[in-house]
Amino acid sequence: MQNALIVTNLQKKYAHGPEALKDVSLTIPAGDFFALLGPNGAGKTTLIGIVTGLVTKTAGKVEVFGVDIDKEAERAREMIGLCGQEVNFDPFMKPLDIVVNQAGYYGIPRSVAIPRAKKLLEDLGLADKGDQIGFKLSGGMKRRLMIARALIHEPKFLILDEPTAGVDVELRRSMWDYLTTLTKQGITILLTTHYLEEAEQLAKHVAIINKGKIIASGTMDEILAMHDTSMPQNGYSGGKLEDVFIKLTSSGS
Amino acid sequence: MSLKKKQFISFYTILRKGIVRIMRIWSQTLLPSVVTSVLYFAVFGNILGSRIGELNGVPYILFVVPGLVMLAVITNSFTDVATTFFISKFFSRNIDEILVSPTPPWIIIAGFVASGVARGMLVGVLVLIVSLFFALPAIAHPFVVFLFLFLSSLVFALLGLVNGIYAKSFDGISIIPTFVLTPLVYLGGVFYSIHSLPPLWQNVSLINPIFYLINGFRYGFLGTADVSLFICILVLFSLASILLLVNLYFLRSGLGLRQ
Repeated sequence: MQNALIVTNLQKKYAHGPEALKDVSLTIPAGDFFALLGPNGAGKTTLIGIVTGLVTKTAGKVEVFGVDIDKEAERAREMIGLCGQEVNFDPFMKPLDIVVNQAGYYGIPRSVAIPRAKKLLEDLGLADKGDQIGFKLSGGMKRRLMIARALIHEPKFLILDEPTAGVDVELRRSMWDYLTTLTKQGITILLTTHYLEEAEQLAKHVAIINKGKIIASGTMDEILAMHDTSMPQNGYSGGKLEDVFIKLTSSGS
Repeated sequence: MSLKKKQFISFYTILRKGIVRIMRIWSQTLLPSVVTSVLYFAVFGNILGSRIGELNGVPYILFVVPGLVMLAVITNSFTDVATTFFISKFFSRNIDEILVSPTPPWIIIAGFVASGVARGMLVGVLVLIVSLFFALPAIAHPFVVFLFLFLSSLVFALLGLVNGIYAKSFDGISIIPTFVLTPLVYLGGVFYSIHSLPPLWQNVSLINPIFYLINGFRYGFLGTADVSLFICILVLFSLASILLLVNLYFLRSGLGLRQ
């Protein structure tokens, strides 16, 4: 089976900054829904930045569907759709224009992009917002707009960096439904999130990263099997994955 | 679809976005230079010009028109690219939309610079139209006028991109226009011929690239210039080539864009 992403011995040391990634290796099978979890500053966004070409790596190798990002960066980028952590569209543009322009950067003509963008905006509940100025959208609408923008060129590999941050419960669940539909269509998804119940619901495979190192990885069942029922709860009750996450990331690994 | 066609669509998208922005906020992008030029033409052309008389054998207002058009072209082509690029990388961070796509660096340069050239040339033509209300400049060599309008916009759009990529704060994009471009433009012969300067300052003027640009453009109108047209074109082509290489280096290395 082909892999969507193979990361081998990836290292990143920021100039005058910390070593963000220390020999990270990771494999995401094609068609998978993969959750990359970790506390703030663990290295998740750095890893995503390297895969998408926004961050330069210090060492290591990254392949997207067998394409080396160093040797054929443009071919690799055609296969990736990114919905980043920060809202990063031109706030003075209309959603339809934002999505259609994104298609243009991938060489898709406007005659193809406009109907495709309208369909995506409709699927994501933004059909009536196509002509509204971007900065007037609510937080949840901005997130959905970024997902539409990431999908406009029909990528095989969708990277979602905390796509539901700041989104209300009802909307978050409708986004889960939409993402599940995408995986059924064969799109591989890499998700980072701080809502661990979200990862538990959606992901087939999980990796937990802490201080630049992968400290656990496997299928969701394998990770959940690490759950220890005798773990002290400190008065709080989280899901199984949350308990495992806290145990692993707080053990100084 | 062929790679070339995809790259053309990518270029067209960046250019179209830039032009839509210029037209959407025309009161900030097109109008200011037109208003400023009206004031220049009124004060330097009509009020002071009538006292100055002739320069290089033509009425002062006719001498000053090419310089004032060039002033508008330079500032607009530079500002358009420098601010657009800087804002997209520093504030909205929407430059990432292009950086994650397969758009190669040379297409990014071509798209942003073409937008700056479009604004520079459009403002140049508008200022030229406004000048008709004050004087009727004869155009001795229309092709030379067009060539210098284009080359000047190109050089300063490329310089604006260098500045936009390299700047790390808003101060970084205001320092060059305020402390470098403005003095060079004013000392480049917009308002005077270098033959009216003492020999030492005539020689100093020869190291100012804007002097060649204004001279070449003025030659297109008046048919006379302080230096040869060939040297003016050579200087502009050399500058454009150097700035293009600097931009390519910046974008390929990810300087200021990729962490």
